[in-house]
Amino acid sequence: MPAYDNVKIARKSSRPTALDYIDHIFEDFIELHGDRGFRDDKAVVGGIASLNGIPITVIGIQKGKTMEENIERNFGQPHPEGYRKALRLMEQAEKFHRPIINLINTSGAYPGLGAEERGQGEAIAKNLMVMANLKVPTISIIIGEGGSGGALALAVSDRVWMLENSVYAVLSPEGFASILWKDAKRAKEAADLMKITANDLLELGVIEKVIKEVDGGCQNDFGFTANLMKAKLETELEILMAKDTDTLLKERYDRFRAFGEFTE
Amino acid sequence: MKLMDNIKGGLDKISIDTLKSRAAAIKDAVPKPSPKKKEEKKDNKEKTEAIPEGSIKCPSCSNIIEKKELGALKICPKCAKLFRMNAKDRIKAIADEGSFVEMDINMEAANPLNFPDYSAKIKGLQEKTGLKDAVKTGTCTINGYRCVIGVMDSGFMMGSMGSVVGEKLTRVFEYGTEHKLPVIIFTCSGGARMQEGIVSLMQMAKVSAAAAKHSEAGQLYVTVLTDPTTGGVTASFAMLGDIILAEPKTLIGFAGRRVIEQTIKQKLPDEFQTSEFLLEHGFVDAIVERERLPQILSTILKLHGCKKEVED
Repeated sequence: MPAYDNVKIARKSSRPTALDYIDHIFEDFIELHGDRGFRDDKAVVGGIASLNGIPITVIGIQKGKTMEENIERNFGQPHPEGYRKALRLMEQAEKFHRPIINLINTSGAYPGLGAEERGQGEAIAKNLMVMANLKVPTISIIIGEGGSGGALALAVSDRVWMLENSVYAVLSPEGFASILWKDAKRAKEAADLMKITANDLLELGVIEKVIKEVDGGCQNDFGFTANLMKAKLETELEILMAKDTDTLLKERYDRFRAFGEFTE
Repeated sequence: MKLMDNIKGGLDKISIDTLKSRAAAIKDAVPKPSPKKKEEKKDNKEKTEAIPEGSIKCPSCSNIIEKKELGALKICPKCAKLFRMNAKDRIKAIADEGSFVEMDINMEAANPLNFPDYSAKIKGLQEKTGLKDAVKTGTCTINGYRCVIGVMDSGFMMGSMGSVVGEKLTRVFEYGTEHKLPVIIFTCSGGARMQEGIVSLMQMAKVSAAAAKHSEAGQLYVTVLTDPTTGGVTASFAMLGDIILAEPKTLIGFAGRRVIEQTIKQKLPDEFQTSEFLLEHGFVDAIVERERLPQILSTILKLHGCKKEVED
Protein backbone atom coordinates (compact mmCIF):
# COMPACT_ATOMS: atom_id res chain seq x y z
CA MET A 1 0.00 0.00 0.00
CA PRO A 2 1.32 3.49 -0.81
CA ALA A 3 2.87 5.27 2.19
CA TYR A 4 0.42 8.12 1.82
CA ASP A 5 -2.46 5.78 2.76
CA ASN A 6 -0.79 5.45 6.17
CA VAL A 7 -0.64 9.23 6.39
CA LYS A 8 -4.39 9.40 5.77
CA ILE A 9 -5.14 6.76 8.40
CA ALA A 10 -2.75 8.37 10.89
CA ARG A 11 -4.58 11.69 10.49
CA LYS A 12 -8.14 10.31 10.72
CA SER A 13 -10.18 12.31 13.21
CA SER A 14 -11.62 9.05 14.58
CA ARG A 15 -8.15 7.69 15.36
CA PRO A 16 -7.81 6.78 19.06
CA THR A 17 -5.97 9.46 21.05
CA ALA A 18 -3.40 9.35 23.82
CA LEU A 19 -6.12 9.60 26.49
CA ASP A 20 -7.98 6.64 24.93
CA TYR A 21 -4.90 4.46 25.42
CA ILE A 22 -4.24 5.86 28.88
CA ASP A 23 -7.80 4.99 29.95
CA HIS A 24 -7.62 1.50 28.48
CA ILE A 25 -4.14 0.42 29.53
CA PHE A 26 -3.39 1.99 32.92
CA GLU A 27 -5.13 2.05 36.29
CA ASP A 28 -5.33 4.89 38.81
CA PHE A 29 -4.40 7.58 36.30
CA ILE A 30 -4.12 10.99 37.93
CA GLU A 31 -3.54 13.82 35.49
CA LEU A 32 -0.95 16.41 36.53
CA HIS A 33 -1.10 19.83 34.95
CA GLY A 34 1.16 22.72 34.10
CA ASP A 35 4.81 23.51 33.48
CA ARG A 36 5.18 25.55 36.72
CA GLY A 37 6.37 28.45 34.61
CA PHE A 38 3.75 29.79 32.26
CA ARG A 39 0.54 27.73 31.90
CA ASP A 40 -1.00 24.33 31.29
CA ASP A 41 -0.70 23.33 27.64
CA LYS A 42 -3.68 21.12 26.83
CA ALA A 43 -1.97 19.68 23.75
CA VAL A 44 0.11 17.65 26.19
CA VAL A 45 -1.42 15.42 28.86
CA GLY A 46 0.47 13.58 31.53
CA GLY A 47 0.36 12.11 34.95
CA ILE A 48 0.95 9.15 37.18
CA ALA A 49 -0.73 5.76 36.91
CA SER A 50 0.00 2.10 37.30
CA LEU A 51 0.54 -0.65 34.81
CA ASN A 52 -0.42 -3.90 36.54
CA GLY A 53 0.64 -2.48 39.87
CA ILE A 54 3.86 -0.85 38.67
CA PRO A 55 3.79 2.93 39.17
CA ILE A 56 4.64 4.72 35.93
CA THR A 57 4.55 8.21 34.45
CA VAL A 58 2.61 8.50 31.22
CA ILE A 59 2.69 11.49 28.89
CA GLY A 60 0.79 11.96 25.65
CA ILE A 61 0.40 14.52 22.92
CA GLN A 62 -3.35 14.85 22.71
CA LYS A 63 -5.39 15.55 19.58
CA GLY A 64 -9.13 16.04 19.62
CA LYS A 65 -11.72 14.06 17.70
CA THR A 66 -14.13 16.94 17.18
CA MET A 67 -13.48 20.52 16.13
CA GLU A 68 -14.28 21.68 19.64
CA GLU A 69 -11.83 19.25 21.20
CA ASN A 70 -9.23 20.11 18.63
CA ILE A 71 -9.45 23.79 19.43
CA GLU A 72 -9.00 22.96 23.10
CA ARG A 73 -6.04 20.71 22.29
CA ASN A 74 -4.58 23.08 19.69
CA PHE A 75 -4.86 20.21 17.15
CA GLY A 76 -2.20 18.32 19.08
CA GLN A 77 0.47 20.95 18.40
CA PRO A 78 2.28 21.72 21.66
CA HIS A 79 3.70 25.07 22.71
CA PRO A 80 7.02 25.26 24.57
CA GLU A 81 5.18 25.00 27.90
CA GLY A 82 3.76 21.66 26.74
CA TYR A 83 7.27 20.30 26.25
CA ARG A 84 8.29 21.86 29.57
CA LYS A 85 5.35 20.18 31.31
CA ALA A 86 6.49 16.89 29.83
CA LEU A 87 10.03 17.59 31.00
CA ARG A 88 8.82 18.37 34.50
CA LEU A 89 6.87 15.10 34.67
CA MET A 90 9.79 13.12 33.30
CA GLU A 91 12.18 14.59 35.88
CA GLN A 92 9.61 13.87 38.55
CA ALA A 93 9.44 10.26 37.33
CA GLU A 94 13.22 10.02 37.54
CA LYS A 95 13.17 11.25 41.15
CA PHE A 96 10.65 8.57 42.14
CA HIS A 97 12.20 5.84 39.96
CA ARG A 98 9.14 5.44 37.77
CA PRO A 99 9.43 4.25 34.17
CA ILE A 100 8.13 6.71 31.58
CA ILE A 101 5.77 5.93 28.71
CA ASN A 102 5.24 8.61 26.04
CA LEU A 103 2.40 8.41 23.52
CA ILE A 104 3.10 10.66 20.54
CA ASN A 105 0.59 12.04 18.08
CA THR A 106 1.40 15.45 16.60
CA SER A 107 1.80 17.00 13.18
CA GLY A 108 4.52 19.05 14.87
CA ALA A 109 5.33 21.68 17.47
CA TYR A 110 3.08 24.73 17.07
CA PRO A 111 4.47 27.42 14.75
CA GLY A 112 3.23 30.59 16.42
CA LEU A 113 4.36 33.95 17.72
CA GLY A 114 4.09 33.05 21.40
CA ALA A 115 5.73 29.69 20.78
CA GLU A 116 8.78 31.43 19.31
CA GLU A 117 8.82 34.11 22.02
CA ARG A 118 8.83 31.43 24.68
CA GLY A 119 11.55 29.39 22.98
CA GLN A 120 10.05 26.48 21.07
CA GLY A 121 13.54 25.52 19.88
CA GLU A 122 15.01 25.68 23.37
CA ALA A 123 12.15 23.65 24.85
CA ILE A 124 12.59 20.83 22.34
CA ALA A 125 16.39 20.93 22.61
CA LYS A 126 16.26 20.69 26.39
CA ASN A 127 14.01 17.63 26.22
CA LEU A 128 16.40 15.88 23.84
CA MET A 129 19.31 16.52 26.16
CA VAL A 130 17.53 15.57 29.38
CA MET A 131 15.83 12.49 27.94
CA ALA A 132 19.21 11.18 26.81
CA ASN A 133 20.23 10.98 30.46
CA LEU A 134 17.07 10.04 32.39
CA LYS A 135 17.96 7.31 34.85
CA VAL A 136 14.69 5.42 34.41
CA PRO A 137 13.40 3.22 31.57
CA THR A 138 11.65 5.15 28.81
CA ILE A 139 9.39 3.86 26.04
CA SER A 140 7.89 6.10 23.34
CA ILE A 141 5.10 4.99 21.05
CA ILE A 142 3.99 6.91 17.98
CA ILE A 143 0.25 6.35 17.87
CA GLY A 144 -0.64 8.65 14.95
CA GLU A 145 1.54 11.36 13.47
CA GLY A 146 5.16 11.69 14.53
CA GLY A 147 5.88 15.17 13.20
CA SER A 148 9.54 16.12 13.27
CA GLY A 149 11.22 17.79 16.27
CA GLY A 150 7.86 18.19 17.95
CA ALA A 151 7.62 14.39 18.13
CA LEU A 152 11.32 13.73 18.76
CA ALA A 153 11.08 15.93 21.86
CA LEU A 154 9.30 13.00 23.54
CA ALA A 155 11.09 10.19 21.71
CA VAL A 156 14.71 10.04 22.90
CA SER A 157 13.87 6.77 24.62
CA ASP A 158 15.20 3.28 25.27
CA ARG A 159 12.53 1.90 22.97
CA VAL A 160 10.62 3.65 20.23
CA TRP A 161 7.62 1.84 18.75
CA MET A 162 5.00 2.72 16.21
CA LEU A 163 1.46 1.63 15.57
CA GLU A 164 1.23 -0.02 12.18
CA ASN A 165 -0.47 2.92 10.45
CA SER A 166 1.32 5.73 12.20
CA VAL A 167 4.00 7.81 10.47
CA TYR A 168 7.21 9.43 11.72
CA ALA A 169 9.06 11.95 9.60
CA VAL A 170 11.34 14.96 9.42
CA LEU A 171 8.51 16.94 7.82
CA SER A 172 5.00 16.29 6.46
CA PRO A 173 4.99 14.84 2.92
CA GLU A 174 3.23 18.03 1.77
CA GLY A 175 5.96 20.19 3.24
CA PHE A 176 8.66 17.95 1.90
CA ALA A 177 7.22 18.04 -1.64
CA SER A 178 6.86 21.82 -1.43
CA ILE A 179 10.45 22.26 -0.41
CA LEU A 180 12.05 19.83 -2.80
CA TRP A 181 9.83 20.21 -5.84
CA LYS A 182 7.85 23.37 -5.03
CA ASP A 183 4.71 21.30 -5.51
CA ALA A 184 2.73 20.14 -2.48
CA LYS A 185 0.53 18.04 -4.74
CA ARG A 186 3.38 15.58 -5.08
CA ALA A 187 2.96 14.64 -1.42
CA LYS A 188 2.12 11.03 -2.31
CA GLU A 189 5.34 10.65 -4.23
CA ALA A 190 7.24 12.29 -1.38
CA ALA A 191 5.67 9.95 1.16
CA ASP A 192 6.99 6.94 -0.77
CA LEU A 193 10.53 8.34 -0.93
CA MET A 194 10.71 9.59 2.65
CA LYS A 195 10.48 6.24 4.48
CA ILE A 196 7.90 7.30 7.02
CA THR A 197 5.87 4.16 7.61
CA ALA A 198 6.27 1.93 10.63
CA ASN A 199 7.59 -0.95 8.53
CA ASP A 200 10.10 1.24 6.67
CA LEU A 201 11.37 2.70 9.93
CA LEU A 202 11.63 -0.74 11.51
CA GLU A 203 13.80 -1.76 8.57
CA LEU A 204 15.94 1.39 8.94
CA GLY A 205 16.39 0.62 12.64
CA VAL A 206 14.77 3.85 13.76
CA ILE A 207 12.18 1.90 15.78
CA GLU A 208 12.17 -1.49 17.52
CA LYS A 209 8.58 -2.63 17.20
CA VAL A 210 5.46 -2.26 15.09
CA ILE A 211 2.16 -2.71 16.89
CA LYS A 212 -0.50 -4.23 14.66
CA GLU A 213 -3.77 -2.59 13.74
CA VAL A 214 -6.79 -4.22 12.09
CA ASP A 215 -7.55 -3.48 8.43
CA GLY A 216 -8.34 0.16 7.86
CA GLY A 217 -6.83 1.33 11.13
CA CYS A 218 -7.09 0.87 14.89
CA GLN A 219 -10.28 2.92 15.17
CA ASN A 220 -12.01 -0.17 13.70
CA ASP A 221 -10.96 -2.33 16.65
CA PHE A 222 -9.42 -0.22 19.35
CA GLY A 223 -9.33 -3.05 21.92
CA PHE A 224 -7.20 -5.20 19.62
CA THR A 225 -4.42 -2.61 19.32
CA ALA A 226 -4.69 -1.31 22.88
CA ASN A 227 -4.46 -4.84 24.33
CA LEU A 228 -1.44 -5.61 22.18
CA MET A 229 0.19 -2.38 23.33
CA LYS A 230 -0.49 -3.21 26.95
CA ALA A 231 0.99 -6.69 26.65
CA LYS A 232 4.11 -5.40 24.90
CA LEU A 233 4.58 -2.65 27.48
CA GLU A 234 4.37 -5.15 30.33
CA THR A 235 6.96 -7.44 28.75
CA GLU A 236 9.33 -4.66 27.79
CA LEU A 237 9.16 -2.79 31.07
CA GLU A 238 10.13 -5.95 32.87
CA ILE A 239 13.21 -6.24 30.63
CA LEU A 240 14.18 -2.58 30.98
CA MET A 241 13.59 -2.43 34.73
CA ALA A 242 15.96 -5.36 35.24
CA LYS A 243 18.86 -3.38 33.76
CA ASP A 244 21.18 -1.40 35.99
CA THR A 245 21.25 2.34 35.33
CA ASP A 246 24.69 2.41 33.68
CA THR A 247 23.68 -0.28 31.20
CA LEU A 248 20.38 1.44 30.50
CA LEU A 249 22.06 4.78 29.80
CA LYS A 250 24.85 3.28 27.75
CA GLU A 251 22.41 1.34 25.60
CA ARG A 252 20.25 4.43 25.10
CA TYR A 253 23.30 6.47 24.08
CA ASP A 254 24.43 3.77 21.69
CA ARG A 255 20.93 3.50 20.23
CA PHE A 256 21.02 7.12 19.02
CA ARG A 257 24.79 7.18 18.44
CA ALA A 258 24.38 4.63 15.66
CA PHE A 259 22.16 6.78 13.42
CA GLY A 260 23.76 8.18 10.29
CA GLU A 261 25.39 6.98 7.11
CA PHE A 262 28.64 8.39 5.82
CA THR A 263 32.01 7.41 4.41
CA GLU A 264 35.45 8.48 5.58
CA MET B 1 17.36 24.21 -5.43
CA LYS B 2 18.49 27.47 -3.91
CA LEU B 3 15.01 28.04 -2.57
CA MET B 4 14.96 24.59 -1.10
CA ASP B 5 18.25 25.17 0.60
CA ASN B 6 17.01 28.43 1.97
CA ILE B 7 13.95 26.94 3.52
CA LYS B 8 14.25 26.42 7.16
CA GLY B 9 15.10 22.85 7.76
CA GLY B 10 12.84 20.01 8.43
CA LEU B 11 11.26 21.51 11.43
CA ASP B 12 9.03 24.08 9.93
CA LYS B 13 5.67 23.35 11.33
CA ILE B 14 2.54 23.26 9.36
CA SER B 15 -0.65 25.19 9.62
CA ILE B 16 -3.51 23.56 11.42
CA ASP B 17 -6.30 24.34 9.03
CA THR B 18 -6.41 21.99 6.12
CA LEU B 19 -3.91 19.96 4.22
CA LYS B 20 -4.10 22.47 1.48
CA SER B 21 -3.21 25.37 3.71
CA ARG B 22 -0.51 23.30 5.36
CA ALA B 23 1.04 22.77 2.00
CA ALA B 24 0.70 26.37 0.99
CA ALA B 25 2.13 27.46 4.29
CA ILE B 26 5.18 25.31 4.00
CA LYS B 27 5.67 26.26 0.42
CA ASP B 28 6.07 29.79 1.67
CA ALA B 29 8.23 28.72 4.53
CA VAL B 30 11.23 30.73 3.49
CA PRO B 31 12.44 32.50 6.59
CA LYS B 32 13.82 35.36 4.59
CA PRO B 33 13.25 37.29 2.49
CA SER B 34 9.84 38.66 3.30
CA PRO B 35 7.76 39.62 0.25
CA LYS B 36 9.16 43.11 0.27
CA LYS B 37 12.68 41.83 0.43
CA LYS B 38 11.93 39.36 -2.31
CA GLU B 39 11.27 42.24 -4.62
CA GLU B 40 14.50 43.85 -3.59
CA LYS B 41 16.26 40.63 -4.41
CA LYS B 42 14.71 40.61 -7.83
CA ASP B 43 15.96 44.16 -8.31
CA ASN B 44 19.40 43.01 -7.36
CA LYS B 45 19.26 40.35 -9.97
CA GLU B 46 18.19 42.72 -12.68
CA LYS B 47 20.97 45.10 -11.85
CA THR B 48 23.57 42.38 -11.52
CA GLU B 49 25.23 43.47 -14.74
CA ALA B 50 25.69 46.97 -13.40
CA ILE B 51 27.80 45.70 -10.48
CA PRO B 52 31.45 45.52 -11.48
CA GLU B 53 33.26 42.22 -11.13
CA GLY B 54 34.79 41.77 -7.73
CA SER B 55 32.17 44.03 -6.20
CA ILE B 56 28.97 43.32 -4.34
CA LYS B 57 25.85 45.28 -3.51
CA CYS B 58 25.22 45.42 0.22
CA PRO B 59 21.70 44.10 0.80
CA SER B 60 21.39 46.41 3.78
CA CYS B 61 22.61 49.85 2.58
CA SER B 62 22.58 49.12 -1.18
CA ASN B 63 26.04 50.56 -1.68
CA ILE B 64 28.26 48.87 -4.24
CA ILE B 65 31.31 47.64 -2.38
CA GLU B 66 34.48 46.02 -3.58
CA LYS B 67 34.57 42.56 -2.06
CA LYS B 68 38.03 43.11 -0.60
CA GLU B 69 36.67 46.16 1.24
CA LEU B 70 34.61 43.75 3.37
CA GLY B 71 37.86 42.61 4.94
CA ALA B 72 38.60 39.39 6.77
CA LEU B 73 35.51 39.75 8.96
CA LYS B 74 33.15 40.34 6.02
CA ILE B 75 31.64 43.54 7.33
CA CYS B 76 30.15 46.23 5.09
CA PRO B 77 32.40 49.31 5.45
CA LYS B 78 29.45 51.65 4.85
CA CYS B 79 26.76 50.28 7.17
CA ALA B 80 28.51 47.59 9.26
CA LYS B 81 26.18 44.84 8.00
CA LEU B 82 27.62 41.41 8.73
CA PHE B 83 27.96 39.29 5.63
CA ARG B 84 27.87 35.53 6.14
CA MET B 85 31.30 34.02 6.72
CA ASN B 86 32.28 30.64 5.38
CA ALA B 87 33.79 28.13 7.79
CA LYS B 88 37.33 28.68 6.54
CA ASP B 89 37.22 32.46 7.00
CA ARG B 90 35.51 32.07 10.36
CA ILE B 91 38.18 29.73 11.69
CA LYS B 92 40.85 32.10 10.44
CA ALA B 93 39.16 34.95 12.28
CA ILE B 94 38.74 33.05 15.56
CA ALA B 95 41.60 30.58 15.98
CA ASP B 96 45.18 31.57 16.71
CA GLU B 97 47.22 31.43 13.54
CA GLY B 98 48.29 27.90 12.71
CA SER B 99 46.54 26.40 15.75
CA PHE B 100 43.57 24.80 13.99
CA VAL B 101 43.94 21.06 13.47
CA GLU B 102 41.00 19.76 11.49
CA MET B 103 39.27 16.50 12.44
CA ASP B 104 37.43 14.07 10.18
CA ILE B 105 38.60 15.82 7.02
CA ASN B 106 37.41 13.12 4.67
CA MET B 107 33.96 12.38 6.02
CA GLU B 108 31.35 12.48 3.27
CA ALA B 109 27.61 11.96 3.05
CA ALA B 110 26.20 8.61 1.97
CA ASN B 111 22.62 8.38 0.81
CA PRO B 112 20.65 6.62 3.57
CA LEU B 113 17.26 6.88 1.86
CA ASN B 114 18.66 6.35 -1.66
CA PHE B 115 17.20 9.72 -2.42
CA PRO B 116 17.20 10.58 -6.15
CA ASP B 117 19.96 13.01 -7.21
CA TYR B 118 21.23 13.52 -3.65
CA SER B 119 24.67 12.02 -4.25
CA ALA B 120 25.12 14.06 -7.43
CA LYS B 121 24.11 17.24 -5.62
CA ILE B 122 26.64 16.57 -2.88
CA LYS B 123 29.34 15.97 -5.43
CA GLY B 124 28.55 19.17 -7.31
CA LEU B 125 28.66 21.22 -4.14
CA GLN B 126 31.90 19.65 -3.03
CA GLU B 127 33.50 20.72 -6.29
CA LYS B 128 31.99 24.19 -6.10
CA THR B 129 32.79 24.93 -2.44
CA GLY B 130 35.87 22.86 -1.68
CA LEU B 131 34.00 21.57 1.37
CA LYS B 132 33.06 17.94 1.99
CA ASP B 133 29.88 18.89 3.86
CA ALA B 134 28.36 21.69 5.93
CA VAL B 135 30.65 21.75 8.98
CA LYS B 136 34.36 21.98 9.73
CA THR B 137 35.54 20.64 13.09
CA GLY B 138 38.83 20.46 14.92
CA THR B 139 40.89 21.69 17.81
CA CYS B 140 42.46 25.12 18.10
CA THR B 141 43.54 27.78 20.54
CA ILE B 142 41.81 31.15 20.91
CA ASN B 143 44.21 33.72 22.37
CA GLY B 144 46.12 30.75 23.73
CA TYR B 145 43.19 28.82 25.24
CA ARG B 146 42.56 25.36 23.81
CA CYS B 147 39.11 24.17 22.75
CA VAL B 148 37.30 21.88 20.34
CA ILE B 149 35.47 23.85 17.69
CA GLY B 150 32.77 23.21 15.11
CA VAL B 151 31.94 25.80 12.47
CA MET B 152 28.95 25.35 10.19
CA ASP B 153 29.00 26.68 6.64
CA SER B 154 25.86 28.01 4.99
CA GLY B 155 27.49 27.69 1.59
CA PHE B 156 26.91 23.94 1.64
CA MET B 157 23.19 23.13 1.33
CA MET B 158 22.40 26.02 3.67
CA GLY B 159 24.36 24.39 6.46
CA SER B 160 21.72 21.69 6.72
CA MET B 161 22.32 18.84 9.14
CA GLY B 162 22.51 15.33 7.74
CA SER B 163 24.61 12.40 8.91
CA VAL B 164 27.96 14.10 8.34
CA VAL B 165 27.14 17.25 10.30
CA GLY B 166 25.57 15.13 13.04
CA GLU B 167 28.49 12.71 13.25
CA LYS B 168 31.22 15.35 13.16
CA LEU B 169 29.57 17.43 15.88
CA THR B 170 28.96 14.32 17.99
CA ARG B 171 32.67 13.57 17.72
CA VAL B 172 33.46 17.15 18.75
CA PHE B 173 31.58 16.59 22.00
CA GLU B 174 33.04 13.13 22.52
CA TYR B 175 36.54 14.48 21.98
CA GLY B 176 35.83 17.31 24.41
CA THR B 177 34.55 14.84 27.00
CA GLU B 178 37.50 12.51 26.59
CA HIS B 179 40.16 15.23 26.64
CA LYS B 180 38.37 17.49 29.16
CA LEU B 181 38.16 20.35 26.69
CA PRO B 182 35.50 23.01 26.20
CA VAL B 183 33.43 22.93 23.02
CA ILE B 184 32.58 25.98 20.93
CA ILE B 185 30.13 25.66 18.06
CA PHE B 186 29.33 28.37 15.53
CA THR B 187 25.84 27.52 14.27
CA CYS B 188 24.72 28.50 10.80
CA SER B 189 22.04 26.28 9.37
CA GLY B 190 18.62 26.02 7.79
CA GLY B 191 17.93 22.93 9.91
CA ALA B 192 17.59 19.26 9.08
CA ARG B 193 18.63 18.01 5.65
CA MET B 194 15.52 16.90 3.80
CA GLN B 195 17.29 14.38 1.56
CA GLU B 196 18.27 12.28 4.57
CA GLY B 197 14.75 12.38 6.01
CA ILE B 198 14.31 10.71 9.38
CA VAL B 199 18.05 10.04 9.59
CA SER B 200 18.56 13.82 9.76
CA LEU B 201 16.00 14.07 12.53
CA MET B 202 17.89 11.43 14.49
CA GLN B 203 21.06 13.55 14.28
CA MET B 204 19.35 16.07 16.57
CA ALA B 205 19.03 13.41 19.24
CA LYS B 206 22.52 12.05 18.61
CA VAL B 207 24.31 15.39 18.95
CA SER B 208 22.18 16.39 21.96
CA ALA B 209 23.00 13.12 23.71
CA ALA B 210 26.72 13.72 23.15
CA ALA B 211 26.32 17.30 24.43
CA ALA B 212 24.59 15.89 27.52
CA LYS B 213 27.56 13.60 28.25
CA HIS B 214 29.99 16.47 27.81
CA SER B 215 27.90 18.54 30.20
CA GLU B 216 27.63 15.71 32.75
CA ALA B 217 31.41 15.55 32.67
CA GLY B 218 31.45 19.16 33.85
CA GLN B 219 32.79 20.59 30.63
CA LEU B 220 31.92 23.96 29.14
CA TYR B 221 29.92 24.34 25.93
CA VAL B 222 29.51 27.71 24.23
CA THR B 223 27.36 28.29 21.17
CA VAL B 224 27.73 31.25 18.88
CA LEU B 225 24.56 31.71 16.83
CA THR B 226 25.22 33.19 13.42
CA ASP B 227 22.91 34.01 10.54
CA PRO B 228 20.82 31.91 10.01
CA THR B 229 20.22 29.45 12.85
CA THR B 230 16.86 27.77 12.38
CA GLY B 231 14.77 24.60 12.47
CA GLY B 232 16.30 21.42 13.81
CA VAL B 233 19.60 23.06 14.69
CA THR B 234 17.83 25.62 16.88
CA ALA B 235 15.78 22.78 18.37
CA SER B 236 18.91 20.87 19.37
CA PHE B 237 22.55 21.81 20.00
CA ALA B 238 22.25 25.55 19.19
CA MET B 239 20.11 26.07 22.29
CA LEU B 240 22.07 23.76 24.58
CA GLY B 241 25.12 25.90 25.31
CA ASP B 242 26.03 26.74 28.90
CA ILE B 243 26.56 30.15 27.38
CA ILE B 244 24.75 31.19 24.21
CA LEU B 245 26.19 34.11 22.25
CA ALA B 246 24.80 35.57 19.04
CA GLU B 247 26.02 37.95 16.40
CA PRO B 248 23.94 41.12 15.94
CA LYS B 249 20.89 41.03 13.65
CA THR B 250 21.06 37.27 13.20
CA LEU B 251 18.03 35.23 12.16
CA ILE B 252 17.39 32.69 14.92
CA GLY B 253 14.19 30.70 15.22
CA PHE B 254 12.46 27.38 15.11
CA ALA B 255 9.54 27.66 12.69
CA GLY B 256 9.70 29.69 9.48
CA ARG B 257 8.32 33.22 9.44
CA ARG B 258 5.92 32.49 6.58
CA VAL B 259 4.61 29.33 8.21
CA ILE B 260 3.88 31.29 11.35
CA GLU B 261 2.22 34.11 9.42
CA GLN B 262 0.03 31.57 7.64
CA THR B 263 -0.87 29.92 10.92
CA ILE B 264 -1.68 32.98 12.98
CA LYS B 265 -2.97 35.00 10.02
CA GLN B 266 -1.08 38.15 10.91
CA LYS B 267 2.13 39.89 9.89
CA LEU B 268 5.08 39.50 12.18
CA PRO B 269 7.23 42.45 13.25
CA ASP B 270 10.57 42.93 11.48
CA GLU B 271 12.60 42.22 14.60
CA PHE B 272 10.85 38.84 15.09
CA GLN B 273 13.38 35.97 15.37
CA THR B 274 16.42 38.24 15.41
CA SER B 275 19.20 37.88 17.97
CA GLU B 276 17.89 41.06 19.62
CA PHE B 277 14.42 39.43 19.90
CA LEU B 278 15.91 36.33 21.50
CA LEU B 279 17.98 38.42 23.91
CA GLU B 280 14.85 40.31 24.92
CA HIS B 281 12.95 37.06 25.52
CA GLY B 282 15.77 35.49 27.49
CA PHE B 283 17.10 32.87 25.08
CA VAL B 284 20.50 34.41 24.33
CA ASP B 285 23.09 35.38 26.96
CA ALA B 286 24.74 38.16 25.00
CA ILE B 287 25.01 39.70 21.56
CA VAL B 288 28.63 40.09 20.60
CA GLU B 289 30.06 42.14 17.74
CA ARG B 290 32.00 40.00 15.31
CA GLU B 291 35.33 41.73 15.96
CA ARG B 292 35.02 41.12 19.71
CA LEU B 293 34.32 37.38 19.49
CA PRO B 294 37.91 36.08 19.95
CA GLN B 295 38.37 38.24 23.03
CA ILE B 296 35.01 37.34 24.59
CA LEU B 297 35.43 33.64 23.85
CA SER B 298 38.94 33.50 25.27
CA THR B 299 37.78 35.38 28.38
CA ILE B 300 34.96 32.86 28.85
CA LEU B 301 37.48 30.01 28.49
CA LYS B 302 39.77 31.69 31.02
CA LEU B 303 36.95 32.15 33.52
CA HIS B 304 36.18 28.43 33.27
CA GLY B 305 39.62 27.43 34.38
CA CYS B 306 41.18 26.72 31.01
CA LYS B 307 44.94 27.04 31.08
CA LYS B 308 46.66 29.36 28.66
CA GLU B 309 49.00 27.35 26.46
CA VAL B 310 50.80 30.17 24.75
CA GLU B 311 51.93 33.21 26.71
CA ASP B 312 51.72 36.60 25.04
